[in-house]
Amino acid sequence: MTAATEQEIICLGCPNGCHLHCTSKKGHAVDVTGNKCDRGVDYGREELLDPKRVVTAVVKTTSSELPYVPVRTTAPLVKPLIPELLHELYQQHVTPPIRSGNPLIENFRNTGVNVIFTRSIAE
Amino acid sequence: MRELEYEAIVIGAGAAGMAAALRIAEGGFRVALVDREDHLGGILMQCIHNGFGLHWFKQELTGPEFAERLAEKVVAAGIDIFLNTTVMDFSVSNGVKTLIACNSEQGVIQFNARAVVLAMGCRERNRGNIGIPGTRPAGIFTAGLAQRLINVDGYVPGKRVVIIGSGDIGLIMARRLSWVGAKVLAVVEILPHPSGITRNIVQCLHDFNIPLYLSHIVSRIEGKDRVEAVTITPLEGGTPEHSKSFRIECDTVLLSVGLIPENELSKKAGVTIGHDTGGPKVDAHLMTSAEGVFACGNVLHVHDLVDFVADESTRCGGYVVDYLRDQIGEEKQGAVTAGANVRYVVPHRYVPGRDTHFSLRSIIVKDRGTLLIKRQGAVIKKKTVQHVKPAEMIYFKMRGSDLPATEGDPAPLEIALE
Amino acid sequence: MKKDVFDVAIIGAGAVGASILRRLSAYDLKLALLEKCTDVCFGVSKANSGIIHAGFHHPVTSLKARLEIRGNLMFDQLQHELGFPFKRVGIIVAAFSYEEMKTVEQLYEQGVANGVPLIEVCGRERLLMLEPKLNPDTVGGLYAPTGGIIEPYRYVFALVESAKQNGAEVKTDFEVVSAKHNDNVYTITSSRKEKIQARHVINSAGLFADEVSAIFGGEVFTITPRKGEEYLLERNAAGFPNHVIFPVPSRVSKGILVIPTVEGTMMVGPTAIEVNDKDDSETSSDNLDKVFAQAMYMIPVISKREIITSFAGSRATMPGNDFYIGISKSAPHFIQVAGIQSPGLTASPAIGEYVKDLLKQDGLRLTEKTDYEPFIPHETCVRELSPAALDEKVKEDPLYGHMVCRCESVSEAEIVEAIRKGHTTLDGIKFYTRAGMGRCQGGFCSYRVMKIIARETGRPIEEITKRGGGSRLLLGKIPVESGARPSPKPKKKSVKYA
Repeated sequence: MTAATEQEIICLGCPNGCHLHCTSKKGHAVDVTGNKCDRGVDYGREELLDPKRVVTAVVKTTSSELPYVPVRTTAPLVKPLIPELLHELYQQHVTPPIRSGNPLIENFRNTGVNVIFTRSIAE
Repeated sequence: MRELEYEAIVIGAGAAGMAAALRIAEGGFRVALVDREDHLGGILMQCIHNGFGLHWFKQELTGPEFAERLAEKVVAAGIDIFLNTTVMDFSVSNGVKTLIACNSEQGVIQFNARAVVLAMGCRERNRGNIGIPGTRPAGIFTAGLAQRLINVDGYVPGKRVVIIGSGDIGLIMARRLSWVGAKVLAVVEILPHPSGITRNIVQCLHDFNIPLYLSHIVSRIEGKDRVEAVTITPLEGGTPEHSKSFRIECDTVLLSVGLIPENELSKKAGVTIGHDTGGPKVDAHLMTSAEGVFACGNVLHVHDLVDFVADESTRCGGYVVDYLRDQIGEEKQGAVTAGANVRYVVPHRYVPGRDTHFSLRSIIVKDRGTLLIKRQGAVIKKKTVQHVKPAEMIYFKMRGSDLPATEGDPAPLEIALE
Repeated sequence: MKKDVFDVAIIGAGAVGASILRRLSAYDLKLALLEKCTDVCFGVSKANSGIIHAGFHHPVTSLKARLEIRGNLMFDQLQHELGFPFKRVGIIVAAFSYEEMKTVEQLYEQGVANGVPLIEVCGRERLLMLEPKLNPDTVGGLYAPTGGIIEPYRYVFALVESAKQNGAEVKTDFEVVSAKHNDNVYTITSSRKEKIQARHVINSAGLFADEVSAIFGGEVFTITPRKGEEYLLERNAAGFPNHVIFPVPSRVSKGILVIPTVEGTMMVGPTAIEVNDKDDSETSSDNLDKVFAQAMYMIPVISKREIITSFAGSRATMPGNDFYIGISKSAPHFIQVAGIQSPGLTASPAIGEYVKDLLKQDGLRLTEKTDYEPFIPHETCVRELSPAALDEKVKEDPLYGHMVCRCESVSEAEIVEAIRKGHTTLDGIKFYTRAGMGRCQGGFCSYRVMKIIARETGRPIEEITKRGGGSRLLLGKIPVESGARPSPKPKKKSVKYA
């Protein structure tokens, strides 16, 4: 367990974009100030303890016309896993036909997050 | 040379063109959709990041997903699609619009139509447009070109990158470059505030510890063959303070310094272009100064959300349907002008008593602004707008009941912000 | 006699070198054109303003004036043979005071003395009728209808192509670093250690003519680069004039001009600043303001909003303000063609003729070729075709139907043709076909052009350059090094929510 951490976070909970001052003690209790609405508390807590992002990338294909196909995660992924996911995606080599919305990776590292194709490529 | 007749032709098969064509087809008219690229969807296909579709599809999508959903409908609607087809010329005579287009398979095609929708989108401002001094080495790219190279072709234009301009495309590219292993060393913005939205500042810059230099310019690009460094200079009181300049070594410069509606064809047909938007002047039916020629999407004015493009373009398609049914009357229209703190308002005319959607762009940054709709010196409607900034288009609907007819010709409407 | 010895080697493939080469290619000679850049016309000539001067700017006693007048008159025939874009739009010198009018009268007299055809002095009314966009404050000026405009790179490319067709050899990426003279033959070595041999050498190395002269043991002189910055404005620009518009000249330069380009864009510039670095091609923001202030004084509707790009190049100047053309007195069979600044482009065909005569004087035997072919096949430019003609072209070759550059309407067939002619860099393609030269400056087409170059040459796309050397465009494939590595194993943070 780390000691208290502090961070300035711009809230994306709503377009107000409040500058939150977030302090966590022993990794769980989070103190949020600077928020104009309640959403700031939840946003600040999650962003400090467990920040997540939707990841988009392109993956190599065997198609000569479209040598890369775009993909995305179906939900935000915890930030520390992003480099690992990208590394895995850059190793992939997929063969058409590819259907937008179909999964490439399911339940990545048991996060419940899938990676799906976002463009279709015919054979 | 083949000659083809349609009731309507839509030039450009991005979000705008597809949405407009779809609405025209739904109205029961024969429409052709022409695009020079080899795919439907235009520039959306290289915008692989998320953030599209929240308003239009009520779901957060990437650019290709947004495009593909629209494209499936276009194909299902039986619209004639001409891909890899470049429109070379456009003229209007005696109410007949003639397009000269060309592709490899069919050669030159002359399209004749009663109505034409301009939906050619926009292009990126480049170095020449903003006049960055220095040498002319390889390694200077517009952000959109870099996006295309990475997201479609898998090529990385550079490894150590400085981005000029904090527009959303530039910010999105900062994250993309970081995710493909390049190092983004700085984002340089001439204005005192970012041009892109806050979410992108946080998720594309803060997440990667990329410094954003506000009120700074790149005052010099160095490098003989390939970019070697840039000099960054702060602005103080609006002028460069060269004594405080600093230098960053890099191999690539990306430009994200704004977009320009692509209206070369519109000009060929004699369409009047507005200085404020860079797009055609349009009336309440999104019809340009050339009768039967309509415009929507980024060719009309640069949008920041594709959802608004689709919305505007669907309405445009609806007006084309009205036009083809001879239902666009001779009703008098009043002028719409940009008032205080407003850069532009689209459309440039309105019909009293009819619901009208307005798009406008602010010149000022304000937490809480008020839109003032004025006519004949009086404020006829007020509207509160949160978080006013130039980067975010203001889009609102005026009810016809709030725009009653005036005596004689419709009085000009002025839309101001305070 | 050694078979692989060139009769003449010309150093520098700009307008001058190419003109000499082409002129000599009419004779039974073995010719080599040596160029240090990756393509021809990549040096001084690349940044040329493209004006064919009428011949009133220089005194009758100068070599410049003689070659300028002679060169000007040769362009109609050259265009007929080579098909490069050229128009005699006429030149106007606009005066804005009665003092300036006096200079105009002097220019007129000088022009008459030089033999400039049809030159006239205009009063205010006539001048404004000829050029309605001119600032109405003008008091009159000079009009020389034989002045014209040209695409300088197309001119140089065409000259080189014609010479090649007549047997001349062109060696690019050949930077001359040393030369030895033995048994009446020069052995010339390049920076890449390539060697060629030649009996006669012509120094038309532009900005580097002083260095080349030193390498061959020729006269000692110094070329001073005088930099000029120019701004290119888009097609249909508001200020597009009918003629090339000059201010009344100062002592150092002809001033800031307003130039309608032969392809429909327009240019303003150039500045004239002496610099130290021959490779200096930087532009600055101060000069932009100066250039526009002066141009807008002449044509007030010119707008900075219409700038699509700026560029800079240097003129190769020498003391004495005249061309330096002659047989070297210190190096044998070595001809100096140096200090060729304005009106070098105009004079270039006459320089070719002049140098041919010098070679004869220097003992070279000139026998006319019986099979000399002055014409080259004219390039198809899609943007110049009628719809019906384009339709026919597409039937011949479908690639004519695929537009690569939307701003300048350049088809894939034209790009492929340029590559087959040896232009394999992005700039080379740009100067040959205009792809990337329009308002978007390659934003839409450069990746397409790169792909076509890669396909046609069989080279990986990562090796394609902007203009040769180290000007690579792409630095890797996804993912590039220096990142995107997984962090070893994410730190197992036991996350608890409060």
